[in-house]
Amino acid sequence: MVMETVCPAGTPAALRAAVEAGAHSIYCGFADETNARNFPGLNFSREEMAAGVAFAHARGAKVLVAINTYPRAGAAPLWHRAVADAEASGADAVILADPGLLAHAAEHHPGLRRHLSVQAAAANADVINFYADSFGVKRVVLPRVLSVPEIAAINAETDVETEVFVFGGLCVMAEGRCSLSSYATGLSPNMHGVCSPASHVDYAEEGGELAARLGGYTIHRVGKGEPAPYPTLCKGCFTSQGATGHVFEDPVSLNAEQLIPQLAKAGVTALKIEGRQRSRAYVAQVVRNFRAAVDALAAGRPMPEGMLARLSEGQAGTTGAYRKTWR
Amino acid sequence: MELTVGPNQFFWEAPRWAKFYAGLARAPVDRVVLGELVCSKRLPFYQDRLPEAIEVLADAGKEVVLTSLALVTLKRERRMTADLLAMGLEVEVNDLTALAHLPEGVEFSVGPLVNVYNEGTLAWLAARGARRICLPPELPLDSVRVLARAAADLGVSIEVWGHGRLPLAISGRCYHARLHGRTKDNCQFACGDDPDGRAVDTLDGQPFLAVNGVQTLSASTASMAHHVEALAEAGVSALRLSPQSGDFVRLCRLYRDRVAGGMDGEALSAALLPEVAGGALSDGFLNGPCGADWSGGRA
Repeated sequence: MVMETVCPAGTPAALRAAVEAGAHSIYCGFADETNARNFPGLNFSREEMAAGVAFAHARGAKVLVAINTYPRAGAAPLWHRAVADAEASGADAVILADPGLLAHAAEHHPGLRRHLSVQAAAANADVINFYADSFGVKRVVLPRVLSVPEIAAINAETDVETEVFVFGGLCVMAEGRCSLSSYATGLSPNMHGVCSPASHVDYAEEGGELAARLGGYTIHRVGKGEPAPYPTLCKGCFTSQGATGHVFEDPVSLNAEQLIPQLAKAGVTALKIEGRQRSRAYVAQVVRNFRAAVDALAAGRPMPEGMLARLSEGQAGTTGAYRKTWR
Repeated sequence: MELTVGPNQFFWEAPRWAKFYAGLARAPVDRVVLGELVCSKRLPFYQDRLPEAIEVLADAGKEVVLTSLALVTLKRERRMTADLLAMGLEVEVNDLTALAHLPEGVEFSVGPLVNVYNEGTLAWLAARGARRICLPPELPLDSVRVLARAAADLGVSIEVWGHGRLPLAISGRCYHARLHGRTKDNCQFACGDDPDGRAVDTLDGQPFLAVNGVQTLSASTASMAHHVEALAEAGVSALRLSPQSGDFVRLCRLYRDRVAGGMDGEALSAALLPEVAGGALSDGFLNGPCGADWSGGRA
C-alpha cells in the first residue's frame, strides 16, 4: 500500500502543479475566514474549487477542503455554506476542527467524508475514537506534539486513519489551542485563520541593526546585511532572566522525510505537506520528492536521501516532536 | 455575579499548595476548581493533599470541581483523565479527552481551554450534559453576548476569565526545561522555581509572556475590573479568578466588593496593580484591539 501524499494548494495553479507532480490528494480552502490559511491573494472561489476538483479527479487525485477555523458566534451560516459548497464542488472530504461544525456536517451532509483537522489537537486514541463515535470522523490529522512510538500506539487503538505532517512550517504549540497571535495582534488562527499576520509586521533599522517587530514587540534583531527572519511569535528571540535566545523554537522547519519508513511502520495512512502560502514551483518540487519517497518505500527501494534540505526555508530542518528529545 | 477560583496553573510545593487551599475556605468565592491542569508530572507531589483540601472547601460551603489536564497524550495521562470521575466530584473538561470518559447523562462543566467559540459547539456540549462553560479568554464581548444568550436557553451558565495571567498556549515541549538546557523527561521540575511563571521579555526589554512548563502565559494579568457591568448585562453569571502568589484571599475580597457594587473598576485595578506579577493588567481580548491592551480608565 503506497502512503498517501496530501499536498497544499493556495491557488488553482498550485493545485494543478501538485496534481501534475504526482500528489495523491490536495488540500485547499475557500477565500475567507473559514480556513486557517486566510492570507491575502490565497485560496479558492466557489468556481475555482469546482474546477480544481474536476481537474484533480480527471487525473485520479482527491481534493480535501479545509474548513478548519472556529466559526464566530452569530456567524455560523458562513461556515455551514462552506461545507455545503465543498460538497457541491465534488470534494472528497472536508477537514473540520469545531465540534459544532462537525455535528452540523454529520447531520446535514452525512455522505461527505469528514476529517478531523490538526486544529482540533486530538492527541490520543480516546479522544480520536470519541470524535469518530460522535461525528463519524474517518481520518485525523495528528497534532505536532507526538513522537513516532506514540503515533504507533494511537494507530493500534483506533480504526480512524491518521495523517501526519512531514514537511514545512512547524507549530510548536498544540494547534488550535494557541492565542499568542491574537494577544499581540488581535488576529488569531482559531478565529481569523491567520497567525503572526504580515499586516502587523514592522522592520526598522536601529543602530546598524535590523529589528523585526510583530504588533510592536521586537522579537528579532540581526546585523545589517543578514537575512531578517519573519517575526513568527513562537520562533522569535526573547530574553528571560538575562538570557537571550529562542525560548520556544529555533527558526527551523519540519523535515521528517527520513522518518517516512518509521511512520509507515507506525500505521500512518497519509503524509501531509504544509505550505498553502507557497509558490506552485515549491509545491511541485516538494510533492515530486515525497511521491518518489513513498513510491520507493512501497517498492522496497531505499529512500532517496536529503532531497529537500535546501527547500527548508533556508534554515535547519528538524524532525520536531517525532523524536522524543525535542520536548 | 458569582466568583470561581480556577485551577492553580503553577507548580507549588505541597505545603504551599495545601496552605493556599486551606486559606481559600475563608475567601468569599462560590466555586473552586482544583487539580492539575498543566503537567501530569506535577500531580504526584500534592495528590495526597487533595482529599483534605476538598473536604475543607466543601465544609466551607464552596462547590468543589476537579479539572482535567489541558493536553492529554501519554498513557498515564489517559488513565488520570479516565479516573477523574471516581473522585466523586463534578469534572471540569479542559481537553475533550475527559468528555470521552464521562458516561452520557453525567453533568460536567467546561473550562476555558476547550474551544467554545459558537452556539453550535455550545449546544452540542449542553446536549452532552454541560451545565457551566467558562469561555476561552480570547473571545470578544460580542461573542460572549451571543453565547450567553444561547446558553441561557439551554440552561447552561456562562463564566469568563476574570483575573489572572492568560493561558495563551499549551505544547508538547517544556519551555522551562528548555530554558535550563534540559528536556521534558529530565526537567528536574524547573517550573517550581517560578511561582507565577517565568518572565519572557522582548528584545527591547518589554514584558510580553511568561512560561510555565509546557504552558505559555501572558506577562500581563488579565482583569475584568472595568467590565463587570457589561458582562452582567451580556448574561455572564460568573468570573473566574486564577490563583497567583501573594494574598489571594484579599484579592478575592476585592473582586467580591467589585461585583457587589462596593467598588468601581478604577479602584479595583489600582488595588490589583501592585499585587500582580509583572505589574501590568490587560483586558484587550474583550474589547480589542489585541489581547495585551488595557482599557485603563475607559470602561
